[in-house]
Amino acid sequence: MSLSRTIDSPDIDGLLAIEPTPRKHVLDLDDFSQEEISAVLESARGMKEVLGRDIKKVPALRGKVVVTLFYEASTRTRMSFEEAGKVLSADVINMSASGSSAEKGESLLNTGLTIQAMGVDTIVLRHPHSGAPYLLAQHLDNVSIINAGDGLHAHPTQALLDMYTVQDKLGSSEPGSPNSIEGLKVVIVGDVLHSRVARSDIWGFAKMGAKVVLSGPATLMPPDLLRSTKRIARSPFASLVEVDTDLDRAIEGADVVMALRLQKERQHAGFLPSIREYIRRWQITEERLAKAKPSVLVMHPGPMNEGIEIGSSIAHGGRSVIEEQVTNGVAIRMALLFQLTAGPR
Amino acid sequence: MEPETILIRGSRIVDPSRQLDRVGDLLLGGGEILAAGRLGRDRVPDGCRVINGAGLVASPGFIDLHCHLREPGFEYKETIAAGSRAGAKGGFTTLCCMPNTDPPIDNAAVVDFIHQRARHDSLVRILPIGCVTKGRKGHELAEMEELASAGVVAFSDDGDPVYDANLMRLALTYSSDLGLAISNHCQDRSLSCNGVMAEGSVATHLGLAGIPAAAEEAMIARDIALAEATGGRLHVAHLSTAGSVPLVREAKQRGLSVTAEVCPHHLTITDQWVLGDKGEPNTVAGGRAYDTSTKVYPPLRAQRDVDALIEGLADGTIDCIATDHAPHDLTSKQVTYEDAAFGISVLETALGSLLQLVHSRKLSMGAMVDRLTTGPARVLGESYADLASMQSGSPADIVLFDPSQEWTVDTSEFESKGRNTPLEGSVLKGRVVATFASGRLVYQGPELKIEEPQASP
Repeated sequence: MSLSRTIDSPDIDGLLAIEPTPRKHVLDLDDFSQEEISAVLESARGMKEVLGRDIKKVPALRGKVVVTLFYEASTRTRMSFEEAGKVLSADVINMSASGSSAEKGESLLNTGLTIQAMGVDTIVLRHPHSGAPYLLAQHLDNVSIINAGDGLHAHPTQALLDMYTVQDKLGSSEPGSPNSIEGLKVVIVGDVLHSRVARSDIWGFAKMGAKVVLSGPATLMPPDLLRSTKRIARSPFASLVEVDTDLDRAIEGADVVMALRLQKERQHAGFLPSIREYIRRWQITEERLAKAKPSVLVMHPGPMNEGIEIGSSIAHGGRSVIEEQVTNGVAIRMALLFQLTAGPR
Repeated sequence: MEPETILIRGSRIVDPSRQLDRVGDLLLGGGEILAAGRLGRDRVPDGCRVINGAGLVASPGFIDLHCHLREPGFEYKETIAAGSRAGAKGGFTTLCCMPNTDPPIDNAAVVDFIHQRARHDSLVRILPIGCVTKGRKGHELAEMEELASAGVVAFSDDGDPVYDANLMRLALTYSSDLGLAISNHCQDRSLSCNGVMAEGSVATHLGLAGIPAAAEEAMIARDIALAEATGGRLHVAHLSTAGSVPLVREAKQRGLSVTAEVCPHHLTITDQWVLGDKGEPNTVAGGRAYDTSTKVYPPLRAQRDVDALIEGLADGTIDCIATDHAPHDLTSKQVTYEDAAFGISVLETALGSLLQLVHSRKLSMGAMVDRLTTGPARVLGESYADLASMQSGSPADIVLFDPSQEWTVDTSEFESKGRNTPLEGSVLKGRVVATFASGRLVYQGPELKIEEPQASP
């Protein structure tokens, strides 16, 4: 299977005149280079300018069809992709598992083949099973696949919008300016084991040269990342991150603190003694935040459990960039949709 | 197809039952081995067909203690007919089929059905394995004596271990006068949870739920303690972790009646294969990432596990190689990794995979053949010893293979209905040239040249 494809960039607007990277799918960030991430972030900067206009519409993807295929509930990711497609003038069709043939037992692959047969250009897939986008990418020859979150595996567009937000806030916005993520300390807090956002953020921030520290209960860390675990092979993440279960220590000097959503079911599955103890040890509080850099950014991929992984005053306070993350998400998705969908198929 | 009289000239005869490994001739007739060794012209009967065995290895036909023939109930995945053809093509002349059929093999009627099917459809010997518990549900013991009388050769609730420790104790105790082993698929489900691959590096990278090694090791330790307490015969199915090997080794040192098997895939490929580049060390998911044909239970594990299993096989801690041939239909595998069925179609690639260990000098040819013949025969019991022997008078169950022939795995050529193997497109070195079951030529590779008898003057 070829993962790459050359596309021609139509000359529609100076803003969109980015260097297209030869890429057919966005499945994970494991195959992105630092240069490619920087190129996407730079392209998104132009897209964000479009979002700031009175008339938010450019004809970049006119005549192209994008399907958002969601097998899981989602507010921001789905709407974000839909808005991104529409601003670029693509025809966007939203399809969710409920109310579709999936309810009649149609397999993911057959649904994908059906969508391909309708001449769709790009499928944005959200699926509860890790690797689902790979299944489509391996069997559909004529469609680009964008992973909008698969199981515990990856959420690459979320990580890209996270990096964009950090760069936007802490770095220079001049095109061609040096990579402002390099050297930052990024602390990711919470249920890393079950988090596709964390996995993608680790790839992304580490490739951009940040120091990534994970903090949370040892039961919610991938076992190969724990030093105490014996006899298992370490994943590539092990060389990219540090794990420190003591958040008060981990957060010292942090430039970015990212809280992950804690699902309350984890308590019943035995991962945690109680939500109360989780709050005591890992909630992002004013007190803890005081140990980070004064310029620290507080992030959350949403949806939040306010009062559990993050205090309400912080979630809506001056250091929070959680709403900017959402805005930037549209720009990132515009950049990727453009890159994958523009040009002859 | 009648048993024929046939002479295999000049092959390397490897017969572990007699520690024999030398070039010689082999004469088959009337379904039996008539002679093995140097044969003078005068001892070759008239009208005998002759195979030039130069460069080939002749050994007893392989015995597979653990395969899934899916019949009755899942004929869309495999049948006794197709499975037996796959076995013959892979050099197996005896297949012990697991009872996770529908209905399961938990009463004599199903055993009779399988025997009847085997008589009509099978090219090779089919020996059914009976359930430990009724319906493989783990609540009440199956009628083990009736099953034994009907001809089952071991007991297993395969796929579902006997979870209840007391029931396992009672099963070992109750069956202790039947002389048959209980083969337990050792996985503590409370530890393996919803895991779909080995816990470790690739599982973390791909976001797949991991199965810790302790899930297997904890249950093996439990079963060994129960075997010791009851005096029952425990056979540990498909070892997959480094930590399982010393558990079995130590149990044997204490003289317990414990035997163990290992599968070709656990000896040759790792969880790195799930990443999609046929095991190439890589930090990027490859073109076949999440390849569901790598999903197997127990899961593919790390290189250190593979190394420990090879060592355990070589030193005799692990008695035998069993395929756990688990054929599936395409729709059970063309789904997400999480939804995919567990299992690999192994019968036709087993020898080629295992010979890698011989070519790389990790295992001797004699030891490999032993673990495929005398090893499993020992687990089956005394009365099956002659299935793994090339002594005159033994059944003519013989495999003839070329250990150095290179070939590319092409599942469209499989006899098995199950095309589910991660080895599709891989190059293996070593292939079966001919298989005889009870003296009948049940598989004939394209390379096999048989000289027809000269017309008598």
